[in-house]
Parts: sequence; structure tokens; C-alpha cells
Amino acid sequence: MGLEKLKELDPIYQKPYDPTLAEKLYNPERPMENRITDIGPPYFWQFMPPIVQKNFGKWKSHVIIQPGVIKRVSETGDTIYVVRCGTPRLETTDYIREICEIADKYCDGYVRWTTRNNVEFVVDSEEKLRGLLEDLKNRKHPNGSYKFPIGGTGAGVSNIVHTQGWIHCHTPAIDASGIVKALMDELFEYFGSHKLPAKTKLALACCLNMCGAVHCSDIAIVGIHRKPPFVEDERLEHVCEIPLAIASCPLGAIRPATVEIDGKKKKTVRVNVERCMFCGNCYTMCPAMPLADGEGDCITIVVGGKVSNRITPPAFSRVVLSGIPNEPPRWPTTVKWVKHILEVYSKYAKKYERIGTWIKRIGWERFFELADIPFTEKTIDDYRLAYVSYRTTTQFKFTKHVKTKLEEYYIKK
Amino acid sequence: MSEIKKHDTPMVDELKKGPWPSFVDDIYTYAEKHKKQACFDIMGLLELSYIHKETHWKHGGIVGVFGYGGGVIGRYCDQQEKFPAIWAFHTLRVHQTGAKWYHTSALRKLCDMWDHRGSGIVNFHGSTGDIILLGTVTEQLEPIFFDLTHQLNWDLGGSGSNMRTPACCMGYSLCEWCLYDVQEMDYELSMAFQDELHRPAFPYKFKLKFSGCPLDCVAAVARADLSFIGIWRDNIRIDQEAVRAYVNGELPPNSGAFSDRDWGPFDIKKEVIDFCPTQCMYWDEKEQKLYINDQECNKCMHCIAVMPEALKPGTDTGVCILIGSKSVILEGAQLSTVLVPFIKTEPPYDEIKELVYKIWDHWMEVGKMRERVGELIQRIGLNRYLIDVLGIEPIPQHILMPRVDPYIFWREEEVPGGWTRDIVEFRKRHPA
Repeated sequence: MGLEKLKELDPIYQKPYDPTLAEKLYNPERPMENRITDIGPPYFWQFMPPIVQKNFGKWKSHVIIQPGVIKRVSETGDTIYVVRCGTPRLETTDYIREICEIADKYCDGYVRWTTRNNVEFVVDSEEKLRGLLEDLKNRKHPNGSYKFPIGGTGAGVSNIVHTQGWIHCHTPAIDASGIVKALMDELFEYFGSHKLPAKTKLALACCLNMCGAVHCSDIAIVGIHRKPPFVEDERLEHVCEIPLAIASCPLGAIRPATVEIDGKKKKTVRVNVERCMFCGNCYTMCPAMPLADGEGDCITIVVGGKVSNRITPPAFSRVVLSGIPNEPPRWPTTVKWVKHILEVYSKYAKKYERIGTWIKRIGWERFFELADIPFTEKTIDDYRLAYVSYRTTTQFKFTKHVKTKLEEYYIKK
Repeated sequence: MSEIKKHDTPMVDELKKGPWPSFVDDIYTYAEKHKKQACFDIMGLLELSYIHKETHWKHGGIVGVFGYGGGVIGRYCDQQEKFPAIWAFHTLRVHQTGAKWYHTSALRKLCDMWDHRGSGIVNFHGSTGDIILLGTVTEQLEPIFFDLTHQLNWDLGGSGSNMRTPACCMGYSLCEWCLYDVQEMDYELSMAFQDELHRPAFPYKFKLKFSGCPLDCVAAVARADLSFIGIWRDNIRIDQEAVRAYVNGELPPNSGAFSDRDWGPFDIKKEVIDFCPTQCMYWDEKEQKLYINDQECNKCMHCIAVMPEALKPGTDTGVCILIGSKSVILEGAQLSTVLVPFIKTEPPYDEIKELVYKIWDHWMEVGKMRERVGELIQRIGLNRYLIDVLGIEPIPQHILMPRVDPYIFWREEEVPGGWTRDIVEFRKRHPA
């Protein structure tokens, strides 16, 4: 079970890493020998700087003295400066070592990360702050990108919470780190400034599994499959449990089947493609039902979600654009739309309004008009609880979508 | 050392451009310096995905460390001949610390270990919260686990159908709005549930997240099966002097969060009073005094965030426990719903552990495969869940509004005379 709740830094970290130790301790013949289990993570207290330990729970107030720099004052009279930097999340140990080098130089070796993949350096004097900021600005990758862009605070765009994408996942429709890089390059000025009406949280999920709170983000990108799964009849019964594959479909579109291949009967399944919504659950349960397709997979943009209870309750993001082409390596259409939505919001929203609160005030019809987003049937919900999203009132606005003659409402052939 | 094989990656190289930190530059720099074939291969494989617009990672691969059912995700490449150094490229989830604080001595040692035994590529951090070690071969899994537990006093996090690695916001360590010790509760429950974290026995994943206040920086309400959010029940503390300082433009509203745009002079009526969702505030222009009817306050924190030097949450603080959030798979996205609106709690939080076990015991018994607890509640109804499963008294805080339909599932014992009736008697009164 757990180790002692250490209040001081565990001396084990002062001992250099021994690359030969594990092979001495681990005996494949007797796997329980020398095995330590269920010790959990190191106790957090030992990893907090002494000034944070001293002022733990005693912070009085904070002020963002410039984008990315938060001055925090304690009731004990102590003051710290927290410098927030964006990171790509996908990185190497050398990048982590560089963070360590900075933390050793300015922060006595202490450092933390935020929920949104930013790294935070804490210093206790203005002099150290100046040195740190200057230092961070000058650290660049060989082709000129900043290693540690400063920002992510206040009424700006914070770092993008995202998933693995093609770098490491088996179910994605789109990449993750590449799109995030392309997007943050374009939104860079908003990361390091406070000129939006409120904070804007972006997220990306490379498939519908949505690792991370994509479904409650101000603007989020979701990778979508659009072709029903293959059914590999030859392989299916060997690699899948057929009842599980059938049960995995939320729409009951999969049924058992038997086929004959080379005179041999094989158990398999059939998909009612009319019913398939391309969620990929069947593939999660059954490797013989892949559905990724370079030609068909696309991007959906959702907007207006949040998790904070500030002013209005937490809310889901809503689909506003779908079928956007998947365009490596820089995804220009997606990047263009996200930036466009952000800037329309920035132009029209009141101070303190998040994207979702702004849209709630002006109405979705006005949002589609202002953002000049073509409204399509794809935006009308037809899954569970769809009815709650239909308009059941005459309270609507006369945007360009409203006509005067019945015939004008009919789809033009 | 065998010769390093580099791949042409013109598309991926496009991501070296631009101001945002380039993971491509980072990985290539590392690959050159450490002569790591795996890093060149992963860039080559990514290029191939950029061409095909499809992933090249195979489905699944059951690998792990002895005695654990989670913490390692098996991954195999479908281009094994072209990229032999990453034909197996398993992920390890390493349980992050509370509020993600680290000392460099621990991080450097972790890096040394990962250089030696893996690709050198990491995520700080994965979406759930863990440090992700991205890419190693099966033979290295046990040695990595032994290194972690023997040389770093560190353990793996969760994956699969188990309790996932809990996560919390920055908490008391940096934030003045934190209303309970999120880091301590995160640690305490992580330790209490080590078995559930490491040995999958659930219908599906189960997540715990801890946010210190209703601003919910860790997104507990959106992505945790059990969300813990700090809240207070007494009055907002007001420093009238500081309120006047905001009104007179001496202090920057919202801690300077709007500094790069001219929004005009601060207007307390427009920026605070009018935004209050319960309209429980009043600014007396004559008196130059702010009044709050705290009984009506719903703790949205907007006024506090706008005037942090003047307003602070109360001191009678506790935790709101909500249940059942998840993303869209399978039955659609759900936010967590209020289960226990407010409790005072202290380490070791035994009453919370008991509640968690109650939730798990029921879910493990009746939950369908891959059914999250929020979906289970939808299936059986919140009222039945509260009363029959947890024995919790229903209160108005559990709902936003009462039901529309009167299709109430009355139970026999609730109806006078029960359900057993005599049709002969009935027909005496009502001939057919």
C-alpha cells in the first residue's frame, strides 16, 4: 500500500537512475519477487515549493500583471509570480529537461502543469520574474517556433486540450497534434493577449470517443467517420465476440450472419448501413470492423459549451459545421473557420460573455447569420433528446433565413 | 549501434513553421541527438498518415505488467517492415501528482529512465491527467514498472474498465478561491482505491475529478462519473473599501483579464449587478455600498471573479458531489447531476469512500457492459437511483424542474388498499 505521505522531497530522487537495477530485481520466472504494487503517485506536498507550502490555502488575491503572468498575494504577506507557458503536450524528454533547467535556474527546481497543458513557473521576486520572462522569450526550436510561449490567461485563447490522433491512436478520424499546431500558429496572438470578450477554451478530439471535455468547450474540433464499418467476414469470428459487437451498436444496426467462404461456414455480422451513425463503437469492440477512411473522414466544429458555473450553468457545445475536409498538414479550412468564429464572437459579444452565453443572448439564428455559416439539416439533432433542441416558440429573430412566401421555403430542385 | 534510417517527411515538416511550439522540431532534435530510430520512425509513420489520411496503429494488443489490468495500453504499428523501431509502441500511464506539481530531481530521473527504456516521447499530460510515456516494447514493460516503483516511488495510473486516474485543479496550492483541499482528497481517494485503479472489474471506466470551486477548472462536471466541486454556504465576504476602489477605477476588474482592449471605464451596474443570475445584488450609488442578499445567491462566482480584491467566497465551505457526466459515447453526452449538494468533510473522507463503494457495488451488479454510471441512472431513473440504490432523500436541488408527464410509477405499498382487488366486487358496482 501507500508510502509515507512525505512532506519533504523524497531522497530517492537524489540517487541517479540505475539502468541495470530492474533487470536484477525482476525475475520472469518468479514475477512476484521484489514486486512493489499499489503505492500510488508521490505525495504532492513534497513537490510544492516552500513558499507554496507556507502559503497553502492562504492565498488572498491575484492579478494578471501581463498576459501569462499572475501575481499572487498571500495573507502572510508573501508574493509570488506565476508564469504560464503553452506547451505542445506531445514532447520529448529533452523538452522536459529544458523545463527542468529553467525551473532549477529560477524556481529552486519546482514546476507544475495546468489542466490545459500549460507549464507554470513560480518565482518569488520581480527580479527573477524579469530574468525568467527574458529567458523564456529567447528559447526557440531550430525552425523558429517558441518553445515556451507566454500566455493562456484571462480573456484570451488558452492552450488546446487534445487527444492523440495519428501519432498514437487506433480509432482516430483525424490527427490531433498537427491540427492543434496549425490552429495555435494562427491564433497565437490570442494566446498571448487579453483582447477577447471572455476566456475561450478550445479542444480537439480525433474521434467521437472525445477523450477530454471537448463536448463542453467554447470551440472544439471533432474528427468524424462517415462510412459504415467494413465487415471482414473471414477474420471476424476469430477476433471478435459477436454478441459484444452486436450489443455495442447504440442503434441496433448490427445483426448476426453466417457466410460461406471456400465451402466453410463462418459466423459474422451484417450492418444495416441505413441506420449507421458512424460512431465506431463496433470497431472498439471488434477489430474486424474498421471504419477509418481517408477519403470519407471529416471534421465537425462544435461551439458554445463551457464547464464553469459563472453567470450561466455548464453547457454542451453544439454542432455548427460538419463535413469539413480533413486537410493535412495544415488544415486550412478548419483553421479558417475556427478563427473566423472566434473573431465574429470577439466583434459582437459583450465583455464577460463566453461564446455560449453570447449566442444564448442573440439566438442561434443570429449566430448563423453573423458568422455566415451555412445552416444545414446536419445541425438539427435527430439522436436522443433531440426534441429539446427544437424551437417551440414564436420568439425568433428575422434573420436572412426567414422568407415571406411559402414557396420560398421549399428546397429548390 | 546499427545505422539510423531517416524518412522523408515533407508534409510533417510543414509543422516546423509558425510560432507555436513545434512538436516536430522537438522530436527531430531529440532523434538526432539521441540517435533514436523510434523517433525517426514515428515521424515517418505520421507522414504516411498525412498521405493516407488514416491511422496506421492497429487495434488493441493486450499487454501489461503482472498483477495489473490497467496502466499500459498496447499499441502495434501496421507498417512493421517500413518502421521496425515502432512495430510495438506501447503507452504507459504514470499517475500524476495532485495539481501536477513536480520537482526537477524526480522529472529528470523519470526522463533518464524513459530515454533508456522507451522512445523518449511523452505527453505532459494525457487528457485524464496521467503523465503519458509514449512508445516502448513489450520486453521493457516490467523493467519500467520496476524502475518506477523501486527507483522513483511512483505507480501507474488507470486504463480500461477501472477507476481512472483521478485529477484535481491547482487547489489551495495557488488559488484563493479553492474551498476544500482538492489535492488531499485526490490523493486520499487515489490511495484508498488503488485496487480499483489497477485491476479492472467495472462495466466501464469510472472517473473522479476534484475542482476547488464552481468555476470548475478541471472540468469535473463534464468528464467525471463522480464530480467534487467546492462550494460555500454562508455569506460572500465584502470589503466595501475595495468595492469602491473598483468603482473608482483604482483596481483592474477581473484581475486584469481584459487588459488588452478598451472596454471603457468600469461600470459596476453593467458588469456585476446586471450579470448576477439571481439578481441578489444591489449597488447603492448614494451610499457607495454593495449589498448582497446571500440567501438568494447561487454561488456562480461572477461578482467574485470581477472584483476579487473586494469579494471573497464565504468561510463555511464544503463539497458538492455530482454524478454521471461523460462524453457522447454511447447514449449522448451528459453533465453530472447533483447528488449531494453540500457536505462538510475532512480527511480521510471515510463517508465519501463508503458512498463510492455503494455506487460501485450497484453498478457492478446491474450495469451493462460499457454502460457508464450516468447512463445507468438514465435507464433506471434518478428517483429510483437516489432512493432504492443510495437511500438518499430526494430534494429540489436534485432537479432543475419537476417532471412534465404525470406517468408516475406508483408502488403498491404507496397506494391505499394495495393492488389486489376483487373483480366480482368491482362488477357488482359496475356491471359489464
